[in-house]
Amino acid sequence: MNKLIDLQHITKTFDSNTVLDDMNLYIRENEFLTLLGPSGCGKTTTLRIIGGFENPDSGSVIFDGQDITSLAPNKRQVNTVFQKYALFPHMDIAENIAFGLKIKNKSKSYIDDKIKYALKLVNLDGYERRMPDSLSGGQQQRIAIARAIVNEPKVLLLDEPLGALDLKLRQDMQYELIRLKNELGITFIYVTHDQEEALTMSDTIVVMNQGYIQQIGTPEDIYNEPENAFVADFIGDSNILDSIMIRDELVEILGARFACVDTGFGENTPVDVVIRPEDVELVEPENGTIEGVVTHIIFKGVHYEMEVTANGFEWLVHSTRMFAVGTKVGIHVDPFNIQIMHKPESEDEEAVGVNE
Amino acid sequence: MSNGKKLLACPYVIWSAVFIIIPLCMVFYYGLTDKSGAFTMANIAAIATAEHAKALWLSILLSLISTVICFLLAYPLAMILCNLNVNQHSFIVLVFILPMWMNFLLRTLAWQTLLEKTGVINNILGFLHLPTLNIINTPYAIILGMVYNFLPFMVLPLYNVLVKIDKNVINAARDLGANSIQTFFKVILPLSVPGIISGITMVFVPALTTFVISTLLGGSKILLIGNVIEQEFTQTGNWNLGSGLSIVLMLFIIINMVATAIFDKEGTGTAL
Ligand SMILES: Nc1ncnc2c1ncn2[C@@H]1O[C@H](COP(=O)(O)OP(=O)(O)O)[C@@H](O)[C@H]1O
Ligand SMILES: [Mg+2]
Repeated sequence: MNKLIDLQHITKTFDSNTVLDDMNLYIRENEFLTLLGPSGCGKTTTLRIIGGFENPDSGSVIFDGQDITSLAPNKRQVNTVFQKYALFPHMDIAENIAFGLKIKNKSKSYIDDKIKYALKLVNLDGYERRMPDSLSGGQQQRIAIARAIVNEPKVLLLDEPLGALDLKLRQDMQYELIRLKNELGITFIYVTHDQEEALTMSDTIVVMNQGYIQQIGTPEDIYNEPENAFVADFIGDSNILDSIMIRDELVEILGARFACVDTGFGENTPVDVVIRPEDVELVEPENGTIEGVVTHIIFKGVHYEMEVTANGFEWLVHSTRMFAVGTKVGIHVDPFNIQIMHKPESEDEEAVGVNE
Repeated sequence: MSNGKKLLACPYVIWSAVFIIIPLCMVFYYGLTDKSGAFTMANIAAIATAEHAKALWLSILLSLISTVICFLLAYPLAMILCNLNVNQHSFIVLVFILPMWMNFLLRTLAWQTLLEKTGVINNILGFLHLPTLNIINTPYAIILGMVYNFLPFMVLPLYNVLVKIDKNVINAARDLGANSIQTFFKVILPLSVPGIISGITMVFVPALTTFVISTLLGGSKILLIGNVIEQEFTQTGNWNLGSGLSIVLMLFIIINMVATAIFDKEGTGTAL
């Protein structure tokens, strides 16, 4: 596949704080790639290096085969939608959108057409003469996107663009962004710390922690087959259990043996096991692999969220069936729903890159 | 406002009455009457005499030049200050503010000593066999004095607006293809207009009315409008003429402030 952007061995340090450590990542043409990770893990820094606002201490940024590591931001074929919109407060909406085109000396009629087109695209026709501070957060955000896309960048960088919006607006904007991406046919690099947002929108998710890439994959891969406990924990709710891989396809969890489908971990190896709450099946006590007691239940609309204490562990369970608090239940998990992961050997390794 | 707060405002009200309102009324009273106390416009019309008009013209000219020089020095300085990290920052501000703790008169007197024909600067220049500097008692020395004394009043408001400009707005301009010069003229400069306006006012007004700087650095030969007014009060003892000329000067200042306020509103829409 065609690599549009290739980050090679990028390291970035801010006064002795290593923010990115030997990062390798490529982005394909037309991909919707999301950098996902907790606050402070280096997402914005990665984006700023691609945009040209930050120079890596070492490593190179390759764009379309060219080394652009030290190219000024105004010479790059990427445009950024900044975290807090960053509209020009002294210009009206039309002037904001026209900014990049005027710099490039486009004709007046071309610029006017583009403004119309862009405002239509973000559903804000007729806003030409409004000032930015008279717009709501969501509208300013859409103007920021319009201002970027009229320049027809090859890549659009978006830094938590929906972070400041409320839930309903955020969901609407997620669909808007997916529609935009499809209409424009350009590459999106999207930064967020919201796992739901990442799962909804992305073709590829890059999970980051403390400056290291933890896992790269499709939303389904990341959700169903997290490669380590950090990813499992960060993406959605999960039960992460200390376990021992007895042999291929058999794992001992909390003293009970469960059939699983993983192989190749050796015999009697300590591993981490991830079981999603919706994969935990509650059955009659005598039919389960282990036995427990429901200690907590909340109605969540689509399902009930329950806590079940079994063999000293609080299991998080999602089920459409209700079990009253105090009910004795058995826990059963289908073999293919048990996700086995290597244990990190040290603190450090917990945050070490996993390159394919 | 609660009663307690009203009570707290009392000293300020008294202060303004005693030191602002009453003197202002007296200036207007003296300015619009003659020695016998009868109403007259003669004191105000006196600005038209050759001597007074020349002093006013020179004052405006020197203040304008000083304001421009202050602006050209202060803008880059304020920009540099904004880009420093916190530690360097407080150090530079300290270096900059330190002379401000010294009395205004002393500072200007110090310049007199430095600039004198046989003063410190010329001694050093002479020692190095360089041509001496003869600007004491010329308009150049007055401009130097004005710039030196009023520069901080330009730097401060500029710094205040520049430091508030969102770094990402500047990044956005770069991101959209503007080079650093285009970014400066299209984004940074327009966004700093409110600071420029208040900086200009804060330098131009005191420079226009000063008489200390011109007395100490201009010798007795160069009369600014401030000197003329001062002499009417302290030497000639003609309070009526002094007040009349003060009213004219006040008028100029008010015109200046109104003009900048209007320009500010039209020009940017960002200033409050
Ligand atoms: N200009 C800077 N100077 C010093 N430290 C910085 C700077 N920019 C970012 N950092 C540090 O780098 C780390 C990663 O920051 P960032 O990339 O913004 O994280 P994220 O966007 O994932 O929240 C943080 O610990 C932050 O404090
Ligand atoms: Mg960030």
